Amino acid sequence: MADSSDEEYLHTEWVPYSERAEWSDITPLPQDDGPNPVVSIAYSPKFRETFDYMRAIIAKGEKSQRALELTTEALRQNPANYTVWQYRRDILRELKANLQDELDYLEEVIGQNAKNYQVWHHRRVIVEMMNCPKWELELTQNALDNDGNAKNYHAWQHRQWAIRTFNLYDDELDFVDRLICEDPRNNSAWNQRFFVLKHFGFTPEIIKREVEYAMNRIRVIKNNESPWNFLVGVLRQSESGKLNSQPEVVEFSQGLYNAGNRSPYLLAFLIDLYQEQALETKQQDNSDSSAQKVYTMCEDMASKHDVIRCKYWQYVASHLKMQLAKQAEGFD
Amino acid sequence: MDFTTFVKPSNGGATESNDTSKLQFWKHVKYIENHGKQEDDYEYCMTEFLRMSGIFWGVTALDIMGQLDRLDRKSIIEFVKRCQCPSSGGFAPCEGHDPHMLYTLSAIQVLATYDALDEIDCDAVVRFVVGLQQPDGSFFGDKWGEVDNRFSFCAVATLTLLKRMEQTIDVEKAVKFVMSCCNQTDGGFGSKPGAESHAGLIYCCVGFLSLTQRLHLLDVDKLGWWLCERQLPSGGLNGRPEKLPDVCYSWWVLSSLTIMGRLHWISSEKLQQFILSCQDTETGGFSDRTGNMPDIFHTLFGIGGLSLLGHSGLKVINPTLCMPQYIIDRLGIQPQMVNQA
Repeated sequence: MADSSDEEYLHTEWVPYSERAEWSDITPLPQDDGPNPVVSIAYSPKFRETFDYMRAIIAKGEKSQRALELTTEALRQNPANYTVWQYRRDILRELKANLQDELDYLEEVIGQNAKNYQVWHHRRVIVEMMNCPKWELELTQNALDNDGNAKNYHAWQHRQWAIRTFNLYDDELDFVDRLICEDPRNNSAWNQRFFVLKHFGFTPEIIKREVEYAMNRIRVIKNNESPWNFLVGVLRQSESGKLNSQPEVVEFSQGLYNAGNRSPYLLAFLIDLYQEQALETKQQDNSDSSAQKVYTMCEDMASKHDVIRCKYWQYVASHLKMQLAKQAEGFD
Repeated sequence: MDFTTFVKPSNGGATESNDTSKLQFWKHVKYIENHGKQEDDYEYCMTEFLRMSGIFWGVTALDIMGQLDRLDRKSIIEFVKRCQCPSSGGFAPCEGHDPHMLYTLSAIQVLATYDALDEIDCDAVVRFVVGLQQPDGSFFGDKWGEVDNRFSFCAVATLTLLKRMEQTIDVEKAVKFVMSCCNQTDGGFGSKPGAESHAGLIYCCVGFLSLTQRLHLLDVDKLGWWLCERQLPSGGLNGRPEKLPDVCYSWWVLSSLTIMGRLHWISSEKLQQFILSCQDTETGGFSDRTGNMPDIFHTLFGIGGLSLLGHSGLKVINPTLCMPQYIIDRLGIQPQMVNQA
């Protein structure tokens, strides 16, 4: 147990609850470890005592200031104990506590436990109780900045919840742009970009702009999965929903290929593009040439550029063959 | 109470070399038996809140290794029974905690493994799960209201094991909610609508669709491609782009690909090497990545992954329910799977 750091934190010696006058009326309730524990767990005395008192207070149903302080101590020792968090909420409601203080407290707890489900859930419930999202963007931004690579799933979930619930979309694209500039491979940020765009709707102008945005990022790092997936997602929002709906994207991707780029994401994109063309074109010649491109690319990937996934590329080629054969027989 | 409470006295296995290219079978058995003893005490009491899942991980790993009889069936069932909440019907991770969907599924999985579902009030469990479905089809994890696709999976998995799914929840709405979390960019799934695709949540959603017999709603080729892109040069799989490989993600990606009939799209050989490299050859057990400390959670997913890859000496595991296939057969349950493409 990290008792020494606890004391540092408190700037004070730990006084057991059993020696505190204000707790003398409470009989601690020990954990029942079952009838025949073979080896009993060596809980630290402090951990054991805190939770013994916590159990006693919960059993008694006491919702008081000292009970609130006890939950603070218990949660400092184990922030993942969701029963204690729940009891803390009950106390806050009962005492009609100042919830701004609770937000300040949570900011600190989240700073230290940013990957804990319970703390984020507690935060959400408190914000709902206050009906005030004033600090949520800043809080999640700090959590993402502190995460090192801005991918903390809990922080993103909370941010999306706050944005959606309180309509905070307006400045989000700027925030996302900043993160993508810092790390163009941040998939969470790309996902967030799509989340915001979806809210505002995909007009032809927005599609043009976003396609351009993705292509600019790909120009810098070609072998980057996230903007490629984003690009496909945006193209699917166009009226036809086809990958060739924006001629500049076709030109761009073919240009990369002709310049010798063999990133699996580029190839996956081109293969899907030619596949669509092969299956749609009425003229046999065009269909054949698109299909031929697919077969060549799949073969290259399977044998040279992405050998680890060779079975996948073989499947893509044979799947297209099968679909085209079906079409020719008039089944489709 | 710790895990050794459940271990029957026995003498260990043969001595093994420290070769990480081989499965350290008996060391893992010993590791699971010792879970929660001595040096792990701190970790063990800090994880009290997920004790029930810990038991599921240990029981299942041992069963896959054909060593289930090393644990005392009776005391485990007694423990599980004590965790059922008399008022709500759900299961707590251990006594004194609140019931939750996560531990309810673990409890039912353990009881199903021991063929002991008749020892509890199953109707109460069904009531607990049904009561957590929301008007939009999603599920809360407990009455306090967190929504997540993990809970959609837990709900249908629990009800499937109890054979009460179709008649008790609004399956159509549940399906609709899960599908609303499918991302148009990469074909994957996040925890909620709009959330980033994540291999663990993809497993929950693919597993959910497998249990509700709705796999036809998936764009299997698109999602399969994203999933097989998770394999890194080390052979390990990550859970999101640009993240580190991890044994538990290896399980989630692998089981999803297996359900979708696309397991052969990744390199099994390299993945097996990666999983085996995460064994602790001193203490037994698997860690998240090569060289890290082992834990019981990654130990199940290491063993489970190797089983899916067809490693010898391990029983077949069901990819949807993460339980030995013979139990799923005994229950007469048939989670849907897509034929290999």
